[in-house]
Amino acid sequence: MNISFWLNGVYRHEEVNPDMLLLDFLRENGCPSVKRGCETANCGLCTVLMDGKPILSCSTLAARAEGKKIVTLEGLQREAKEFGSFMANEGAEQCGFCNPGFIMNVFAMLQELKDPTEEEIKEYLAGNLCRCSGFVSQTRSIQKFLKYKKAQEGGE
Amino acid sequence: MRYVNQPIRKTDAMSLVTGKPVYTDDIAPKDSLIVKVLRSPYANAWVEDIKTGNAARVSGIVCVLTYKDVPQRRFTLAGQTAPEMSPDDRLILDRHVRFVGDAVAIVAGETEAAVDKALKRIKVEYRVETPVFDIHKAKDNPIVIHPEDDWKLKIPLGGDNRRNLCASNVEEKGNIEEVLAGCKYTVEHTYHTKANQQTMMETFRAACYLDHFGRLNVISSTQVPFHVRRILGNALDIPASKVRVIKPRIGGGFGAKQTAVCEIYPAIVTWMTGRPSKIVYSRYESQICSSPRHEMEITVRAGADENGIVKAIDVYTLSNTGAYGEHSSTTVGLTGHKSIALYRNLDAYRFSFDVVYTNTQSAGAYRGYGATQGINAVESAINELAHKMGMDPVRIRELNMPIEGGPLPAYGDVPFATSCTMDRCMARAKKMMDWDAKYPCRDMGNGKVRGVGVAMAMQGSSIGGIDVGGADIKLNEDGSYTLGLGCTDMGTGCDTILAQIAAECLETPMNNIAVFGVDTDISPYDSGSYASATTYTTGTAVMQACESMREKICALGASMLETEPDQVMFDGAFVSDGEKKVSLQEIALKGTCGCSQELQVVRSYSSPISPPPFMVGMAEVEVDKETGTVEMLDFVAVVDCGTPINPNLARVQTEGGVAQGIGMALFEDVQYSENGKMRNNSFMQYKIPSRMDIGKIRVEFESSYEPSGPFGAKSIGELVIDTPCPAIAEAVYNATGVRVRELPITPEKVAMGILADQSENSLCR
Repeated sequence: MNISFWLNGVYRHEEVNPDMLLLDFLRENGCPSVKRGCETANCGLCTVLMDGKPILSCSTLAARAEGKKIVTLEGLQREAKEFGSFMANEGAEQCGFCNPGFIMNVFAMLQELKDPTEEEIKEYLAGNLCRCSGFVSQTRSIQKFLKYKKAQEGGE
Repeated sequence: MRYVNQPIRKTDAMSLVTGKPVYTDDIAPKDSLIVKVLRSPYANAWVEDIKTGNAARVSGIVCVLTYKDVPQRRFTLAGQTAPEMSPDDRLILDRHVRFVGDAVAIVAGETEAAVDKALKRIKVEYRVETPVFDIHKAKDNPIVIHPEDDWKLKIPLGGDNRRNLCASNVEEKGNIEEVLAGCKYTVEHTYHTKANQQTMMETFRAACYLDHFGRLNVISSTQVPFHVRRILGNALDIPASKVRVIKPRIGGGFGAKQTAVCEIYPAIVTWMTGRPSKIVYSRYESQICSSPRHEMEITVRAGADENGIVKAIDVYTLSNTGAYGEHSSTTVGLTGHKSIALYRNLDAYRFSFDVVYTNTQSAGAYRGYGATQGINAVESAINELAHKMGMDPVRIRELNMPIEGGPLPAYGDVPFATSCTMDRCMARAKKMMDWDAKYPCRDMGNGKVRGVGVAMAMQGSSIGGIDVGGADIKLNEDGSYTLGLGCTDMGTGCDTILAQIAAECLETPMNNIAVFGVDTDISPYDSGSYASATTYTTGTAVMQACESMREKICALGASMLETEPDQVMFDGAFVSDGEKKVSLQEIALKGTCGCSQELQVVRSYSSPISPPPFMVGMAEVEVDKETGTVEMLDFVAVVDCGTPINPNLARVQTEGGVAQGIGMALFEDVQYSENGKMRNNSFMQYKIPSRMDIGKIRVEFESSYEPSGPFGAKSIGELVIDTPCPAIAEAVYNATGVRVRELPITPEKVAMGILADQSENSLCR
């Protein structure tokens, strides 16, 4: 079947099998940042944005992208570097395999919550698993990033 | 120091946080055949007949392999130094399948859809036999899991396949019975730790292709590239020289990837077809047929005198290796060696064990490697002993803990504790937890009780006298360095840590060192990243290589200055004799023009000793007396890893290890149905901690200085998973009076315990 959608700002017409998962389509079409960590929608590694909302691409058919705007970490490189440098400063990236899905969901969170508390951060990101870090350094990175953003806004 | 003991960013961090394609499946050849494995539905069966014709005729299928197509030489998938201690008990495909999920056939095809279709068309006739699941009945059971004549132990440790026994031994010092009989206080209890899955986020995977010399090139997400090369040579019955293994970035390992779980399948496909191929395990496969922690049942007898001096410890470990013996005779050793050694005043100890085969998936290496299970048992027993004596569990440890220069009973890898700040770790943890105010518990008045618990731990730093670290430092034409490594950064940051050591030794900026690894054709030999060896062993190799490199730079610099090497100084940028100087760049360039002196040093290092790192863990939990729910409030970890080369990375190691330990203590439990089918075969049923489940984790360092380690460093990777289980079990006991001796500590066990014990000895009713 044919679908038309925006992928990282580029309008695309693609032929896909009706049973193709968005995750597999993205990996085969220039978005290797999108990772699969499970088959049961539990780990959050495959998180991408669809019309600005975080979705699990492992549980979404590629056909569902019809008419939508899909954004992966490949489309947010500047933002990834900016936030990612806070992770790097903490050593929170570790093996890195969960990073893209986690960072996509952090971006989604920051769209929804202006100044999230520690509890809100943990709750929002509860679906993003990480086996290396124990999560603590990820939370530290987010909090330091928020502080930096606030200072930046205050300075403007 | 400018680079060592500094919280430097990982050199690959920005690639990882921007999602660059750096992992095995990202860089596998695009035309790879898809490889999948048909798996046995039975726990113990023989393939009587297998028909593959219909499968092979599916459009796009390139090959279907059965037991008839594979070499008939047994091998092990465990990745340890040769001669490997695990028994040779596997074939790539065996007629005899020994657990639900064991490999029956291999299918390779152009697309995943074709392979899935072909898998369904293979017709197998099984002769089903009765399986053995009960670890207590496995030894000397008439059902023999490995009846084959070519089962082989290269280093015997009491194993006998006719008895379903992988290893069995007794070690003792002093007269344990006599000393225990003389103790005023004694305890005897059995502690049961379950199999756990490492669940690194990147599942098992490997890709293969033949190069222009016809050699088998393997891109593998592995912790042990050099061992994988040997294992594949054994499995395919070809010289290891025909195999080249390349390790890209790895998405976590935790020991799982110290076993070559999946490499053999694409390897045989590519070797037989000449086509590139890859296998990517699903999470389901990573759960049911991989390399989990050994389930163990450990009985501890411990005794103390009237003053609280622990005089005797007797440990018996019954370990379940599952259907194959990977890492079985080695993991079990740590259950005694690294737990008994925590008590320095022993007059006698005994450590005995049996490791049995059962019809479940093969166990393997998992962070802590037996020490986690052993320390859980001994630390829990000591806590029970303290309660019996009416003594604070912190106090009994203060009286008996390892001290610098003191003995480490049963731990043969150092003559005494060469560096140890366990006393400072305990004092700091006590203060951080506000132990005296919180011990044993506080009733919150809302049906909830808070309790605190404590445990100590130690691990090793490498396998003394065995592990080899390798470093290859090269000065390039432009004055930059390349550091070639054979150890494997699996996210822990060793590529960065080792570059920090090199930068410190060579007095050069971090960004002047490019790190390369791992490629078995190019990298220096290294055992790989396991046994908490990398920083300690490979770090020393790097240090020594850099010292030699400085000498070479000085020698060439001196000749350029027309003086003697002992007349010059090198400050990282210039070699000078006090008057004249020549720059590193000029020396490097000279090395490429009319020069017979190579500016490259390759160094191997193996430590004869394995100095233990130490730590104290304290847990605070809140238990709901109605439901038995245990909520983690706070975990305090104070660690002596010697000098932390990178304090950030050491901290994150600790936080991650503690969180994994919390999972083991409270949630994680590999379970099988009565037919041997794994019940919790996905993240839906197998719960690992999320960020909502771990409470606060607070980490501090009380650093000793280990004279044998690079810049005083010891290890940290495994140690940090060892305290959560006993500390949390003790905290739950202090809150409720319920002692849960079988992990995980589920709400059901706690609630039923509270009901059964309403409640004579509950401290906080």
